[in-house]
Amino acid sequence: MLPENKGDNPVMPVTRPRSNQRFVIDIMEIPEGPVPVVDSRLTRVDHLGTIKIRLGLNRMGYLIDPGLYALGRPDSHSPVLVSANYKLSFDYLRSALTGRSAWLLVLDTKGVNVWCAAGKGTFGTAELVARVASSRLADYVDHRTLIVPQLGAPGIAAHHVRRQSGFSVVYGPVEAMDLPAFMDSGNRATPEMRRKTFALKDRAVLIGVELSAVIKYGFPLCLAMFFLAGLGWSGNLWSNMVFHGTLAVTAFIASILAGAVVTPLLLPWLPGRAFSMKGLSVGLALAALHGAIWLSLTAARTNHLEIGGWMLSGSALAAFLAMNFTGASTFTSLSGVKKEMHFALPLEIVGALIGLVMIIAARFAA
Amino acid sequence: MIYLRNVVSLELDRDKCTSCGACLKVCPHNVLARNGDFVQIVNRDACIECGACAMNCESEAIRVQSGVGCAAAVLNVMIGRTSTPCCGSLDESCTISCC
Repeated sequence: MLPENKGDNPVMPVTRPRSNQRFVIDIMEIPEGPVPVVDSRLTRVDHLGTIKIRLGLNRMGYLIDPGLYALGRPDSHSPVLVSANYKLSFDYLRSALTGRSAWLLVLDTKGVNVWCAAGKGTFGTAELVARVASSRLADYVDHRTLIVPQLGAPGIAAHHVRRQSGFSVVYGPVEAMDLPAFMDSGNRATPEMRRKTFALKDRAVLIGVELSAVIKYGFPLCLAMFFLAGLGWSGNLWSNMVFHGTLAVTAFIASILAGAVVTPLLLPWLPGRAFSMKGLSVGLALAALHGAIWLSLTAARTNHLEIGGWMLSGSALAAFLAMNFTGASTFTSLSGVKKEMHFALPLEIVGALIGLVMIIAARFAA
Repeated sequence: MIYLRNVVSLELDRDKCTSCGACLKVCPHNVLARNGDFVQIVNRDACIECGACAMNCESEAIRVQSGVGCAAAVLNVMIGRTSTPCCGSLDESCTISCC
């Protein structure tokens, strides 16, 4: 049911997404206005966009117009599926629905995925109710059911949506790919469909984004370290830069690999519950490996205090980077993260500082 | 995978709960389960405080301090970059209009 026009609360005008977006293949004319048609097949452009997003590129602009889309040739009995206007979310949804017709109601989440947007409230009750009204959904579907992704539930109060829009919210599965099975069994989810897992492949696809964020700050830092590491030693400045700079940069890269790549991949098998603890163990292991290799190659010239300092700083950095992976993971709570940071952050800072002091002190002990 | 133990702020008020089961459908970690006529917290440490259960509880029987379990977000608040915990660039696709 649409809200009644009470003078001061005018019926919202019908707004439609633009038809000139690249993934729109047709326009469907209905009395309430043209609806852009999309299909379930993703093109090369869509796949390229996904790869770029996973590498941390173009993350600010990967959004589509909110509003109503038609998948295939929906009619008044077709299901209505709700999504976010993050293109990746939209692509997951439509590509899961091969050979089906449905109405896709896209909420304006400012280009953020369903789960994160629900946590922020942009994928929320108010936006859903407003979008139902502005799309005039009630005028051309004869059922009153909205299939909302389960991970949208932190932002949606189903009972409020029903009262305010007349539509019942049915929570669909966590993963869009389970939608066909869910819909074919009469909108019923199995317990497995309701659970959010964090498998190896889920963790692996996040590494690109983790690394791109680290590299943004890490690359200039590497350059700076290369030059600074050579200062203060006796002998030829350039030769010192090459020697100590290479040690610094390789130690730094080893800790980034430990914290942002190896820890996410090995997450379930690493000791401890706190992410920083897991990162510390990988950081220490890689730092020891790095130190051993360095010593075996350059035993005569290497300063043990300097190597020890890099091991300590590097492990602290690995622990910090691993701790940052809590945000990308699917099983951490805010209370837990605050508790972890309370003990881990001071230790990481102190560890890194002591390591730096050792590295600097090595010049005078040499 | 289970994160830290005994930290989660989730509370269920038995007296207010009507056992409708709405919370069971939205929880992504099987934290709640029906036990006879009641809904119970059966897996507290698995709770990620997303707030979906409380949001969808018509009788307001569930309370949880919901938020995002993201260190970058907490850090951003600590150093004063933002006033509310939200995701930083390290959180998947949470950058836009966030921090």
